[in-house]
Amino acid sequence: MRLYWKYLKIHFKSQIQYRASFFLTLIGQFVTSFSALLSIYFLMSRFHEIDSFSLSEVLLCFAIILMAFSLAECFVRGFDRFSAVISNGTFDRILVRPRGEMLQVLCSQIDFSRLGRLVQAVFVFSYAIPASGILWTPEKILLLILMIFSGIAVFSGLFVIYAALCFFTTEGLEFINIFTDGGREFGAYPLAVYGDGILKLFTFVVPLALVQYYPFLYLTGRSNNLIYFLMPLIACLFLLPCFLLWRVGVRHYKSTGS
Amino acid sequence: MIELEHICKTFRVAKRNAGMGEAVRALFRREYTIVHALRDISFRIGDGEMVGYIGPNGAGKSSTIKIMSGILNPDSGICRIDGRIPWKERREHVRHIGVVFGQRSQLWWDVPVVDSFELIRDIYEVDEVRYRQNLEELVTLLNLGEIIRTPVRQLSLGQRMRCEIAASLLHNPTVLFLDEPTIGLDAVSKIAVRDFIRRLNREKKVTVILTTHDMQDIEALTERILLIGKGEILLDGSLDELKNRNSPVRRLHVSYAGGYFVLPEGVSLLSDEHGRAAFAVDTRICGVSRAIEGLSRYAEITDLTVESITAEELVVSLYEEFAI
Repeated sequence: MRLYWKYLKIHFKSQIQYRASFFLTLIGQFVTSFSALLSIYFLMSRFHEIDSFSLSEVLLCFAIILMAFSLAECFVRGFDRFSAVISNGTFDRILVRPRGEMLQVLCSQIDFSRLGRLVQAVFVFSYAIPASGILWTPEKILLLILMIFSGIAVFSGLFVIYAALCFFTTEGLEFINIFTDGGREFGAYPLAVYGDGILKLFTFVVPLALVQYYPFLYLTGRSNNLIYFLMPLIACLFLLPCFLLWRVGVRHYKSTGS
Repeated sequence: MIELEHICKTFRVAKRNAGMGEAVRALFRREYTIVHALRDISFRIGDGEMVGYIGPNGAGKSSTIKIMSGILNPDSGICRIDGRIPWKERREHVRHIGVVFGQRSQLWWDVPVVDSFELIRDIYEVDEVRYRQNLEELVTLLNLGEIIRTPVRQLSLGQRMRCEIAASLLHNPTVLFLDEPTIGLDAVSKIAVRDFIRRLNREKKVTVILTTHDMQDIEALTERILLIGKGEILLDGSLDELKNRNSPVRRLHVSYAGGYFVLPEGVSLLSDEHGRAAFAVDTRICGVSRAIEGLSRYAEITDLTVESITAEELVVSLYEEFAI
């Protein structure tokens, strides 16, 4: 953990070296996710509610996913950019250092400019939390935090899978983005609005619905099922197969060296 | 102590012929060829030795280095370094080795060098006292005082390489792997790097394994040479031994003011113009000192150089001999 902090500092120092670029990316990130926000706003001002979810509820949902995604993208970016680490030989350097491979990859990239989205998420939260009409008991607050953290876990898991596949293909496989960027876009609305097929996909394959839709039902008082409350914790189990795949990847690398 | 016994390594390489059609076909069905990168490599390197590991590109040099540094595991064979198996006890093993890849940097590009050093200190968990001591010593020996506060991206290649070497030594490794440490450096930097490596080996007894294509490195640094070709160790011996083995003939260049030459047995005249003569001495028949003695008997010699085959020529002749 101390080492992680040190890495954090060095990345921060590096990135503020290029101040203009840093702030422009930060603003760029802020603006891009703004367009998603606007589209929600225009849609909802037309239809007032989707599947019985009101604008402020949809915004809350949007903010949860956006926050989880931006935190994952900032701090787990090392895995997102892993194809570069493989192709320029940096992974060899990682292997000749006496620390865990995952920690080092995690530390290899920390991209603070990705926090532009986070700022957006905070803004939306500050509107949606009071406007949603939810009675914020400690239990509900805990659930909200759980949702965000399990969201980070699921997105991180996807980044790890993406990285692990690089061991076999060297090039990054962009199809994973269907679930990462796609998950972020889909996640703007409660996942059930897309129909049963999509909901099943995001329940059993990539457990984003366990982060967002089911606990959200509990959060908004649509359900009192305690299982829904615990869903975010179950979603975190998604990390296990991701780590397993990563280990298989490392073993493959060590026997092929490419 | 580094021991390698019967190390073998094969790679599967996707085979693809030229052309668009072939490229599309390769998307679905791939044919592989087996490449034997290393076949039955065995050698031992004692503590404090300095060894040049040479061979043409693709001979298996970097595969061997990768196995010894724990990056790659072999298909079969044993490799032990100070009693540890690199790829099985990776973390413990790499605490005791330093690796310099000449073509890849381990320093963080945008921050001052000393920041990178401090992060490396934390990665290796070097305690503060030892870190200060090592840093001070390295800064003096490698003359880093002025550049240590500069961001890496502003350094020249020679300055960067000195920093790279320092970065690999902050944790007191007992074995140092240098992969082309002088590539692309100017003459002054090359000499500085070589001097430092020689000192490190002599004073600190660090075992150094050096791969290079620069034969001056080999000549200046190593007592022992391992020649690898097509995945096999072809020769293992000292530079002098190899030179003698390959060419017993020395060339003598002589400037003389007067007199005449009587050629001893085994010496032949190559040229003689304007007071400068060149002779070939076959050391199997006549030693160099006997040749000089014989030649100087009736001639007034003012200057004399003995030329043996250069390391460069030696390697070319070795590559030719083994057809690698």
